[in-house]
Amino acid sequence: MNCACLAELVGVKKSFGKVVALDGFDLEVRRGELLAVLGPNGAGKSTAISLMLGLRQPDAGTARLFEMPPLQIEARHRVGVMMQEVALASELKVREHIALIASYYPDPMPVEEVLRQTNTLALADRPYGKLSAGQKRQAQFALALCGRPSLLFLDEPTVGLDIQARTIMWATLRQLVHEGCSIVLTTHYLEEAEALADRVVVIAKGKTVASGTVREMRAIVGRKRISCATSLPANVISAWPGVQSVIRDRERLEITASDADSVVKRLVTSDSQFSGLEVRSAGLAEAFTELTQEVTA
Amino acid sequence: MSATTLPISNGATAGTAMSTARTRNAYFTEIKFECLRALRAPAFSIPFLLLPLVLYVLFGILLAGNMSHGDSTVAKIMFVNWAVFGVMGPGMFGFGIFVANEREQGLLTLKRALPMPNGASLLAKLVMVTLFAAIVMLTLIAAAVAMGHPGLSFGQYVGIALLDIAGSLPFGAIGLFIGTRASSKGAPAFANLAYLPFMHLGGLFYPLPKSVQPLEFISPAFYLDKLGLRMVNAPSLDVLSKIQGASSAGGPLLYVAVLAIVTLLFTALAIRRLARVG
Repeated sequence: MNCACLAELVGVKKSFGKVVALDGFDLEVRRGELLAVLGPNGAGKSTAISLMLGLRQPDAGTARLFEMPPLQIEARHRVGVMMQEVALASELKVREHIALIASYYPDPMPVEEVLRQTNTLALADRPYGKLSAGQKRQAQFALALCGRPSLLFLDEPTVGLDIQARTIMWATLRQLVHEGCSIVLTTHYLEEAEALADRVVVIAKGKTVASGTVREMRAIVGRKRISCATSLPANVISAWPGVQSVIRDRERLEITASDADSVVKRLVTSDSQFSGLEVRSAGLAEAFTELTQEVTA
Repeated sequence: MSATTLPISNGATAGTAMSTARTRNAYFTEIKFECLRALRAPAFSIPFLLLPLVLYVLFGILLAGNMSHGDSTVAKIMFVNWAVFGVMGPGMFGFGIFVANEREQGLLTLKRALPMPNGASLLAKLVMVTLFAAIVMLTLIAAAVAMGHPGLSFGQYVGIALLDIAGSLPFGAIGLFIGTRASSKGAPAFANLAYLPFMHLGGLFYPLPKSVQPLEFISPAFYLDKLGLRMVNAPSLDVLSKIQGASSAGGPLLYVAVLAIVTLLFTALAIRRLARVG
């Protein structure tokens, strides 16, 4: 496979009864990128992923995986998958689960290597049914990696993980991308997408609302957040031009403004007690909220 | 993150084709862990491995032995009938409940997304069911031999064992079909709905009244039992009890054909269902 696109959906339509899940939807996963697919519940994220994996067939349009139909087993030999809602056999040990899934691949990592690289050595000989929710996610992550995939689909991979486990998983994901692996990440943790993604696609109502780098997505939202300590009443500031919202948190105000420079200047001149100024660009969360609200409104 | 020695990913390089040896290994590994998980599930393994043995010893050897005053014909019938009972459970419940659970809990979907070789999961469950049937048959034969009960020849024991191990497949197919249609909570109930009538209509425990005999034909246990009894030259319970109009119609070819058709039909229906909805 020489093209830059490892998986793609072209003009895909998919309905479930009267509910349109995807409506002329396009998506491509490029070589060596971490693509975050974001969207509110019911936006069509899971449907898009299931079409790419061949778990469902599109009503119209095309799904391709490594330039092959996704159902072709040769295409899936290069794919690792971590699903959100899956319960593995509780009687088998983590080590045995890895050995089983690794057996499906032509060139898997040795089981011990998988355990070591995913920091799951301590879980190796424990039955899957005895693991905590976070440990089960770690074990599932190990299964997703054991076949040494070129393309990894991760659905909410860090749900239930503690901070240390999440940090390790993030580091592993960065290493994978560094090695040339492509990753499709669906997550509700926007800070996760912000920290990891090379590219973000926002879906709402079965269509792509926006697509670009995290920086580009932030730029879509021109607002900034101003945080400061001031004696001025919130209702006075909220009436100023360029101010979109004001929230008081004890002695500090959190101001969202489309024209942050003017608001800051006015704060300085209006309040001699003004202090503790912090100005931040809008994050992915704000961009996501604004983009999806526009569509769902 | 610890230091790494091997790349985790193949990057974007072309994947290696799966060799025949590796494909064979994938099937073998699937079978190995399917059997292991079933043997480790006490709620499944204890009832289906121990119950036939306990019931056969209690009712088939001790009780029936006393009542028949050592009649070897009765002893043969008891052995054959309890063997059929023994191989029914793993098939219907092993497939039914396991498949329903895996379907509902997303495991079948995950395996469809992964490059699991075609039919590996189904084949593994099939082998698991026949393994359980083989263990049941070994325990029953061991009990029969230890207690000097039916006095069958070595060849007859082997023949009955092979027959009933293969005979577990139609029950497995029906269980598989139930597992593809029912929820994990509903599957045991639906499996029982088929299991109990099959067991009783198979004429395994008592001669069926004449009025019920027309229903015998819907039970795969009836056909498997007939084949087993024929193998040991023993009559069925209703013939033994001289019930008028006892249903002994049909020959071994018909019995084998019915069992094969049941197996193929329900397996095909289940595969079609799994392919459509996973």
